[in-house]
Amino acid sequence: MAATEAQKMELNKHFVVGVFDDEDTLADAITFVKEKGIKIHEVFTPYPIHGLEHKLGYKHSWLPTAAFLFGATGTTLALIMQIGMLGVDWPMIIGGKPFIAVPDFIPVTFEMTVLLAAFGMVGSFLVSQDMKPHKVPRIFDRRATDDKFIMAIDLAENTLGEEQLKEVLKEAGTEEGTEEHPAIFRKDFTDEENNPSFIGYVRKLFSEGVLANDTSRPVKS
Amino acid sequence: MAAHGTFDREKLVEHFEFSAKAKKTIFTIAGIGLIFALIGIILLATDSGHDEHANLIESGNTLASISEEGTSGIEAGGHGDEHHAEYHWTQRLKANFWVNSIFFLGIAVIGVFFVAIQYVATAGWSAGIKRVPEAFGWAVPVFAGFLGFTFIWGNHELFHWTHDYLYVENTPGYDAIIAGKAPYLNLPFFSGRMIVFLAVWTLFFYLIRKNSLAEDKATSFDEVYKKYRNMVKLSAGFLVFFAVSSSMAAWDWVLSIDTHWFSTMFGWYVFASWWVSGLAAITLAIILIKEAGYLKFINENHLHDMGKYVFAFSIFWTYIWFSQFLLIYYANIPEETIYFIERLGTHYAPAVFVILILNFAFPFLFLMTRESKRKHITLKIAAIAVLIGHYIDFWLMITPGTLKEHGSFGFLEAGLPFVFVGIFAYIVCYNLAKNKDSLVAKNHPLLEEAYNHHI
Repeated sequence: MAATEAQKMELNKHFVVGVFDDEDTLADAITFVKEKGIKIHEVFTPYPIHGLEHKLGYKHSWLPTAAFLFGATGTTLALIMQIGMLGVDWPMIIGGKPFIAVPDFIPVTFEMTVLLAAFGMVGSFLVSQDMKPHKVPRIFDRRATDDKFIMAIDLAENTLGEEQLKEVLKEAGTEEGTEEHPAIFRKDFTDEENNPSFIGYVRKLFSEGVLANDTSRPVKS
Repeated sequence: MAAHGTFDREKLVEHFEFSAKAKKTIFTIAGIGLIFALIGIILLATDSGHDEHANLIESGNTLASISEEGTSGIEAGGHGDEHHAEYHWTQRLKANFWVNSIFFLGIAVIGVFFVAIQYVATAGWSAGIKRVPEAFGWAVPVFAGFLGFTFIWGNHELFHWTHDYLYVENTPGYDAIIAGKAPYLNLPFFSGRMIVFLAVWTLFFYLIRKNSLAEDKATSFDEVYKKYRNMVKLSAGFLVFFAVSSSMAAWDWVLSIDTHWFSTMFGWYVFASWWVSGLAAITLAIILIKEAGYLKFINENHLHDMGKYVFAFSIFWTYIWFSQFLLIYYANIPEETIYFIERLGTHYAPAVFVILILNFAFPFLFLMTRESKRKHITLKIAAIAVLIGHYIDFWLMITPGTLKEHGSFGFLEAGLPFVFVGIFAYIVCYNLAKNKDSLVAKNHPLLEEAYNHHI
């Protein structure tokens, strides 16, 4: 199904990005920007910073709940499996114990609980973060994995225009910036980055061979 | 992170007042406990609690028939009838003193152990609360005294191996298995170990406490640093000694009650029980002190860490308990299964399930969510449940071996621990208040980390 031009525009995301020097400036900048009524899309830091999630107003993750439910499923499945096998389907006397000797079942039950909780949690995480194989990551600035702190503001989510947002970011205390790496810049993502196609990804794998030649991925800046 | 710059050590100094209200509460708790214990003692002394109902007699028979096979540590040629004749109610009092002394001595020494662990791991988050577990340490010498007294008072009733006739060859009373253990289980060596363990624990506590208080008086950074390094060295020394001695103490004081029986898990088992009870007691103490208006900068983040400790080590205890149980259950060797037959095959059986619920199922499900580890009320409920559960756990380790079919959970068992709680709380509060401005270790090098602790 071919997307209309309007839909494509919707998918095509435009951001204003600010680069900060350290975590304290970033933390203060978050408060400053939010006070102006601007919605922050996301911030990227080289390492986890405690308390940032509260400043950004993140909701609590539901991953622990998922883990519990998967774990409980594991417990139930393991008990059903063992009772079914050893108690109903093929009863055997082992060490003079009853057919359904619950203490004997505990280690397997424990392992199944842990296994399903772990796999379930990893799976839920991948699904919730949309981490599918053909996903092309939106990278705002590669220096976020090195020594810079990045704040991205989605133009579509805010009423303020690009120039105004840039002004606010400057007031918030971005770094100096250079000619090559400006401190505040606009970042547009291509259609493919925004809406990667799985078929295209598979086709590319077959035609071009390996991911090393994947031109759809952003090149090193 | 945003709190940077507002940190001022001098502003964090707090002085704990042992208020009249706190004293009154402690005396009330201890008083009610004492009344219960006295009622229990009177009931036992007037023999009204002696008529066991049907299932007790039945379980007594189980124990008697076990002893006829010569697998349990019952008096030579033990028959159920003889036991009824030998039993005197003071035995139960002695066994209860032993349970309480060990349980509360454990909690006290865990206070020191906790502080030592924090120093060896150079943990920062706990710098603000460390004076609370540190004050637990003063209870070590006191409960060590109780322990020594109970041992002198009741060693024959508590420990079967203390009887001389077991070691005389070619007599009816000779017990080859116990005689084989004589090089380790003999009175001089046993008492020697007991004195050394208790003395060294007390000594390490004394040095750690002295060094910790001296840190408050330090004026220069070099001095503080020196004290901190001293503390790490002392803590490491204590941990090495405690690792060995806690295990040996468990064999001596608890395992050797069931003299014929043995378990290589036992050192860990007793330690796990002590450790999680100690953590629950520390959590409860911090919350109560905070609710009395102290420890102002301690917030839900610090409590969250304590909650995680209680949660995690409840599971650890269960792991140890179950590892011990499963291997014995699966191997089904009579000399090993006797321990669980004495507990699961008698009137003690409900207590086994009670401890599994209170020490595992309840804290596991109740403390699982993030919020329940951060709220005062939920932490208090969990800590009290864990403390009760582990008290019953120790009762269950000691009573079936000492009192056999005569042991049960009555007024005495319900009251005496509260007397000990009162003594313990009094010691902790008294010592927190004794040294001026000592509730917060104001010169602790990592105090700022604790101040900004956030999870």
